[in-house]
Amino acid sequence: MTALCRDCLHVFEGRGRCPACRSPRGIAHDELFELGIAHLDCDAFYASVEKRDNPALRDRPVIVGGGRRGVVSTACYIARVHGVRSAMPMFQALRLCPDAVVLAPRFDAYVEVSRAIRARMEALTPAVEPLSLDEAFMDLRGTERLHGAPPAVVLADLARLIRAELGVTVSIGLAHNKFLAKLASDLDKPSGFSVIGRGETAAFLRGKPVGMLWGVGASLLARLEAEGIRRIDDLLRWERAALEARFGGMGARLWHLARGEDARRITANAPVKSISKETTLPEDLADPELLDGHLWRLSEQVADRAKAKGVAGQVVTLKLKRSSHRILTRRSTLAAPAQLADVIYRSAAALFARSGERGPFRLIGVGISGLVPSDDALPMPDLADPDAGRRAAAERAADRIRARFGAGAIIKGRALR
Amino acid sequence: MKISIERGVLLKAVGQAQSVVERRNTIPILANVLIEAEGEQISFRATDLDIEVVDRAPAQVERPGATTVSAVLLHEIVRKLPDGALVQLADDPRTGRLSVTAGRSSFALATLPREDFPVMASSEYSANFSAKAGELKRLFEKSKFAISTEETRYYLNGVYMHVAEGEEGRALRCVATDGHRLARVDTALPAGAEEMAGVIVPRKTVNELRKLLDDDDMDIAVSVSETKLRFATPDITLTSKVIDGTFPDYTRVIPAGNTKRLEVDASEFARAVDRVATVSSEKSRAVKLVLEEDRLVLSVNAPDAGAAEEELVVAYGDERLEIGFNAKYLLEIASQVDRENAVFMFNASGDPALVREGNDTSAVYVVMPMRV
Repeated sequence: MTALCRDCLHVFEGRGRCPACRSPRGIAHDELFELGIAHLDCDAFYASVEKRDNPALRDRPVIVGGGRRGVVSTACYIARVHGVRSAMPMFQALRLCPDAVVLAPRFDAYVEVSRAIRARMEALTPAVEPLSLDEAFMDLRGTERLHGAPPAVVLADLARLIRAELGVTVSIGLAHNKFLAKLASDLDKPSGFSVIGRGETAAFLRGKPVGMLWGVGASLLARLEAEGIRRIDDLLRWERAALEARFGGMGARLWHLARGEDARRITANAPVKSISKETTLPEDLADPELLDGHLWRLSEQVADRAKAKGVAGQVVTLKLKRSSHRILTRRSTLAAPAQLADVIYRSAAALFARSGERGPFRLIGVGISGLVPSDDALPMPDLADPDAGRRAAAERAADRIRARFGAGAIIKGRALR
Repeated sequence: MKISIERGVLLKAVGQAQSVVERRNTIPILANVLIEAEGEQISFRATDLDIEVVDRAPAQVERPGATTVSAVLLHEIVRKLPDGALVQLADDPRTGRLSVTAGRSSFALATLPREDFPVMASSEYSANFSAKAGELKRLFEKSKFAISTEETRYYLNGVYMHVAEGEEGRALRCVATDGHRLARVDTALPAGAEEMAGVIVPRKTVNELRKLLDDDDMDIAVSVSETKLRFATPDITLTSKVIDGTFPDYTRVIPAGNTKRLEVDASEFARAVDRVATVSSEKSRAVKLVLEEDRLVLSVNAPDAGAAEEELVVAYGDERLEIGFNAKYLLEIASQVDRENAVFMFNASGDPALVREGNDTSAVYVVMPMRV
């Protein structure tokens, strides 16, 4: 059996400690050097970045998330020991882990680390498909001659590099398709390296719940359950045609996935289609002044992301959730793509005014879509808004101040509402 | 109600009224036209609650009365009747149908009670004046291309008609802009318009207005209040709400200091722009203008499609200038220029350009450049 030491990259036969450096962190697998599709997932990403930037937090439970009615974005592994999980309401998380340090997310910092990781991935293969800030697929097939090493070695080296240079750890899943690679990366977190080969695919999937299949969400799960399908084994008993007849296009996909088959390609730079920010309000809110303050802050966050990504949006969307949980959205196509908070805010505020809705609202959100590179959208003076140029210049100046002295160095009075 | 009317007269009257009716509307009565017959006259009234058109035509009224029927249906029927036919409209209160008969054709149309038809409340008009149809047509037709479709800036979704200080004294002025281009058209201020409040005339009203303005020499009675305006000829009355908003201060964006003057034959220019723009990408449609002494080179470079270039002989005496524009905007502005050469006044490649017809400042256009 081929084995690889993750610490010194020594390749050897058999199991056990590395004969070269005596490290126990080896991976042994028959197909180790034959697999080339990887999923890389950062371990407790936001919390890890926070711990890296503030070593005093290293041994404390850290929860990144927001607000009294907010939810947990990321919990570090110490907090997870107490039972804290992502997407858990904050009050519940704090009940489980009262001494946790709760931090508001600092997306700028996460974006920076995420970009640095991505840059290191892209140095290895052009086929990098980011799924979010903290996870991405890589297709390393056909790169062995280029790198002078099989994908497994390249990946182990990448994980080592990320840890050494960026101070965060990642878990890697290596398999023969995307679906299995993603499952694999989750098997041995944190700092994991798991392999699912062709030979063991069927055995691996046996007995697993159908909910782990790609694309199976709560509603499909309920429909599957109604058909008596709970485990992947249950799916294997269905004829393909019967699954298709019952579940349409998804039926065919389920048939393949249950057999560990997934033909999706890894597509680099799947373009971002929209940027949006929303906030669940601490309590239902109808006060137009306060809502206006939220609109501004959300517009600013959307603008920050758009600026970081170098894009501008042709369409502005406003999302409101009433106390009754009914969601309404309003959208408007702009004369020119917008990147500035000022422009996004003005459109969102106009949409809000024209919606005729008074609230109270439970959630409010702002987004842009129809994204174009912002070089094509740099603001030309607006004939219908002679002051726009001055406001744009003011915003760019404020951005430079914030870049130099920190995000709180200068804010609009409106942001305090 | 029972009347007889010549098919051609009926078609014109119904046709003008029915175009106001929204094709997609959820209130059944708004799909109908209100027909009223009295004296020697029949009138057709249609509305979308923002605009109301009343069209009158002479008819032989045997029995006065009123009813409402589907505007589209009535129009389609009358359109398909043979030219020169005499059409009889008669309502039957017993069946609730309106019969339409002409020669051997007869139709029975469902009606809705006239009481249900919303009639636009009348308004106190603060200014009443008379203007030639030709002048009004020029004001609106030359400015409407610049109307914005951006819904969040609803105050740009129309033409701003107001009294302004023009180059040659007080003027009745129409302005429209979508932020990328702007049109400003003036005409001599008609007597009685001095006190008129500035109003934003909605796009649909501008389009509907066209049909009142067929005959250049006809006098149009214009009435304006803060919330409504009305245009009337003896046959047609168009009443419209105005857009409730504040039109931006456009005077600051009309460049006054542009000194680089280009004079070019407008139609030749437009054809050249149209030709080179053929290869431009659908999205940007950017055309580059390079100006040198008495020479204009238009070019498009679309990496994925190809490149195009055309040279024009022009009058230009300033330093070399490179500037880019959206081809569509150039074409639309050039097509407004019909009598003389188009004159462009430029400053620098990042600054808006001013366009006018010869030295006539009663219609000026401003267009923003693009990076090319």
